[in-house]
Amino acid sequence: MSGDVADRGAWPIGAKPPLRRFHQARWDEPVIFELSQPGARGVLPPAVEPGIREAVGDPAAALPASVRRTTPPGLPELAQLHVVRHYARLSQENLGVDLNVDVGQGTCTMKYSPKVNDQLARSPKPADLHPLQDASTTQGILEIMWRLEQLLKAISGMDRFTLQPGAGSAAIYANVAMIRAYHASRGDDTRDEVITTIFSHPSNAACAKTAGFRVITLYPDADGYPDLDGLRAAVSERTAALLITNPEDTGIFNPKIDDFVRVVHEAGGLCAYDQANANGILGITRARDAGFDLCHFNLHKTFSTPHACGGPAAGACGVTEELAPFLPIPTVEHDGARYVLDHDRPSSIGKIRPWYGVTPNIVRAYAWIASLGAEGLREVAETAVLNNNYLMHRVLQIPGVSAPYAEGRRRIEQVRYSWERLAAETGVRSEDLGLRAADFGTHYWTSHHPWVVPEPMTLEPTESYSMADLDEYAAILRHVAEEARTDPDLVRSAPHASTVHRADHGPLDDPDRWAVTWRAYRRKAGLDG
Amino acid sequence: MSSTDDRPVHPYIPNAAPATREAMLRAIGASSVEELYADIPAHLRMAEPLDVPPALRSEAELVRHVEGLLSRNTSTREVLSFLGAGCYPHHVPAVCDEVSSRAEFLTAYAGEPYEDHGRFQALFEYASMMGELLEMDVVNVPTYDGFQASATALRMAARVTGRRSVLVTGSVGPDELSKIRGYLAPDLDVELVRYDAATGEMDLDALGAAVGEETAAVLVKTPTSLGVVETHVEEIAAIVSDAGALLVASVDPSTLGVLRPPATWGADIACGDIQPLGMHQHFGGGHAGFIATHDDPRFVMEFPSRLFGITATRVEGEYGFGDVAYERTSFAVREEGKEWVGTAAALWGITAGVYLALMGPRGMVELGEGMMARTRYAIERLGATPGLRVPFAPSHHVKEFVVDVGGTGRSAAEVLAALLERGIFGGVDLSASFGELGQPVLVCVTEVHTKADIDLLADALGEVTR
Repeated sequence: MSGDVADRGAWPIGAKPPLRRFHQARWDEPVIFELSQPGARGVLPPAVEPGIREAVGDPAAALPASVRRTTPPGLPELAQLHVVRHYARLSQENLGVDLNVDVGQGTCTMKYSPKVNDQLARSPKPADLHPLQDASTTQGILEIMWRLEQLLKAISGMDRFTLQPGAGSAAIYANVAMIRAYHASRGDDTRDEVITTIFSHPSNAACAKTAGFRVITLYPDADGYPDLDGLRAAVSERTAALLITNPEDTGIFNPKIDDFVRVVHEAGGLCAYDQANANGILGITRARDAGFDLCHFNLHKTFSTPHACGGPAAGACGVTEELAPFLPIPTVEHDGARYVLDHDRPSSIGKIRPWYGVTPNIVRAYAWIASLGAEGLREVAETAVLNNNYLMHRVLQIPGVSAPYAEGRRRIEQVRYSWERLAAETGVRSEDLGLRAADFGTHYWTSHHPWVVPEPMTLEPTESYSMADLDEYAAILRHVAEEARTDPDLVRSAPHASTVHRADHGPLDDPDRWAVTWRAYRRKAGLDG
Repeated sequence: MSSTDDRPVHPYIPNAAPATREAMLRAIGASSVEELYADIPAHLRMAEPLDVPPALRSEAELVRHVEGLLSRNTSTREVLSFLGAGCYPHHVPAVCDEVSSRAEFLTAYAGEPYEDHGRFQALFEYASMMGELLEMDVVNVPTYDGFQASATALRMAARVTGRRSVLVTGSVGPDELSKIRGYLAPDLDVELVRYDAATGEMDLDALGAAVGEETAAVLVKTPTSLGVVETHVEEIAAIVSDAGALLVASVDPSTLGVLRPPATWGADIACGDIQPLGMHQHFGGGHAGFIATHDDPRFVMEFPSRLFGITATRVEGEYGFGDVAYERTSFAVREEGKEWVGTAAALWGITAGVYLALMGPRGMVELGEGMMARTRYAIERLGATPGLRVPFAPSHHVKEFVVDVGGTGRSAAEVLAALLERGIFGGVDLSASFGELGQPVLVCVTEVHTKADIDLLADALGEVTR
């Protein structure tokens, strides 16, 4: 009891160890169906009032048998507390920015999402608006959309924006659709190729393909820049566009970016700038100044709206005046007195999604920019870059890691590292190191495929993390890399202090065993008797 | 760097404190942050600060400013709203808001299935509960919205069949049709199948005449965009199947307590929007799409979305999760994947799971029955008002119906404007896209509406059209 502690001479309390003695919540929580108790109710819908019942009876009973459901859906039955407790437990088995030093999710700009902006986004004035209300009752939200457009125009130099796309990839797709419509409007039907780079997000390639284009992918030269000679060789009268990220996912800014744009323009193609990695260049350099015709931002990355386990997110596409006629409908216009939605745009590509955009995130992004102003935005960028170079300095002191390309140069907002040397020396792979990091209350992400950088790790520290946070993160990596040498099996069998242990991936690729739902699992596992 | 003056350090940027910044620069051997931007050529650098308004640095100022803008909105909580048309006014249980606000979910992203086990399990459970509602074994991690779900479902069907033409229900709304046409444009033809002018349901003769050897899929919606329940679904399924095509059914999940799930009447792919399941209207920003199929690898391998599966771990009795058939995605193989996958609307999926867990089987049945009763009551009340006509009144409706106000000599817009003056959002003006119905207004009635609300609408309509 207390005697044991006293015997240890436990006063004063003593110093913390260098690394946190973390253990994640492990509730061993059943799947929700296993918590079902027949007859329990979580929430009750309003009962049908007697006056209505007397007037119309039960119209559901009058449905023809062909369409009437006679067996209630096999949903679980839980009291309200048990629903709350189940999801509270699951939430504890999840790490977000609010809990961990979330610099390991490179390319994703895991920054702090201000609570005040959440409150504003959730308040009834935006949350309980219907999109087809008369515009006289939605002037406030329309003004916020219009103002956000003006801010994004200033930040990018572009002439018009749409806030409609649901996320970054949807914005890439919208840009590709506008590129397609632009060439079609000029009767130019030979342009069926889109050029991108391997360090641009996979959706640049995949959205172009979905929209009907053939995809040409450029690989980096020895310095890590996309190959300009390769681009010159790739462009032709078939080139519809270049879709490119800069800085790319390596964190290296391509200094010849305007030459890339020029080469494509001379071939008659358009250039779209994937600005998923814009966090380090706010107020520093702009898409339009490098000659781009289109660009897109991820409001959930650069502009702080929460990532929400993978959305709802928000994308925003910026275009030049020449491309503006092709924007999705509607646009938000201001006639000096009123804000209106303009659907009368005959060249528009039409709808990318229902209505006007992911409104709660539009409110959040607007509030975030409003809280920073020009100086603050630049400070965001500069601090993100400083943090990144500081973390790189710390990480590169760990034996076995490197930052391929542009050796000795500074990086912008992230770095794609390689554990190739450590893997060769110890047999421990990058993925194993990332899972072992979970035992210390954080994680990291390797990279998109293909792994052009071997045994990758992509870190993006953003402006949100303190020097102490970055030191802690680097210390965790150092410790884990050291363990790879001293106790490789410990790393290869990680995580140990996380919510669950290493999973068997075999069933996930086996049609006889994969189970995307509980009903499928029960059937395949023979649990239905 | 800019914060060498006396400005306070911004609360969102801890390392902007001058002493910290200096220490970090010293540690990396740089004299200034400027040095870190050496790769960005001078001619691409901004010479002037961004042209944006001054910062509202204090939280108090920010709240006052944003709330000031928002105060110019009138929310549906302040009035009586019968607006639907794809964005629905359902009650959002407090528990849904509680879970979707939890920082552990809200601020997480794409961690591994270990430290983010909760996200994987919650989304697996969402898919599992949707699977019960739909009686299908495979449900995706949500895509952006119901329009995207329809468009992708049709593309999936075209890949499965190798055919190049799709037929879409003729009462589909213009926005959804715009999305479908744009998304299928590169290589698939889209034709409409007209609806029966008497019932509002799909015209089976027109369908029979339109399907052919090149038909990859037929998209039916039930209830339709005009609110009508398709009752001849088994006949539709037979026609589609006889042509070797696939049936894609877009359904409103909030109706599936009373309507048979499409898989039971022959749909190959089900799709739709989950906004009704616990999401606020958000001015149209609360959408997420589902796509469901049977557990047939020919279909599973055509999903672009992530699919989370359950599996064993090293510890007996412990549930693990992971991506099913990841190699089909653009994350794995870029343009060789199926369409693309990216961040979409996962938290709305988790929230819809919470909603279904709260409602349970009885709740979903009562929800559907209650909406049908209220909607029928509204049809009868409005239909009995002089000058108003409910064109598909004899058909079955769950939560929406069309009323033609043309008989009053007034346009739909005029009638709705008059209702607005009385604090009623009376419905959606469909005259631009469904002019064949006269001066049609689409009225939405859900479980949140009381008899008094419906009586008020009917009385007000009577007064403003008198």
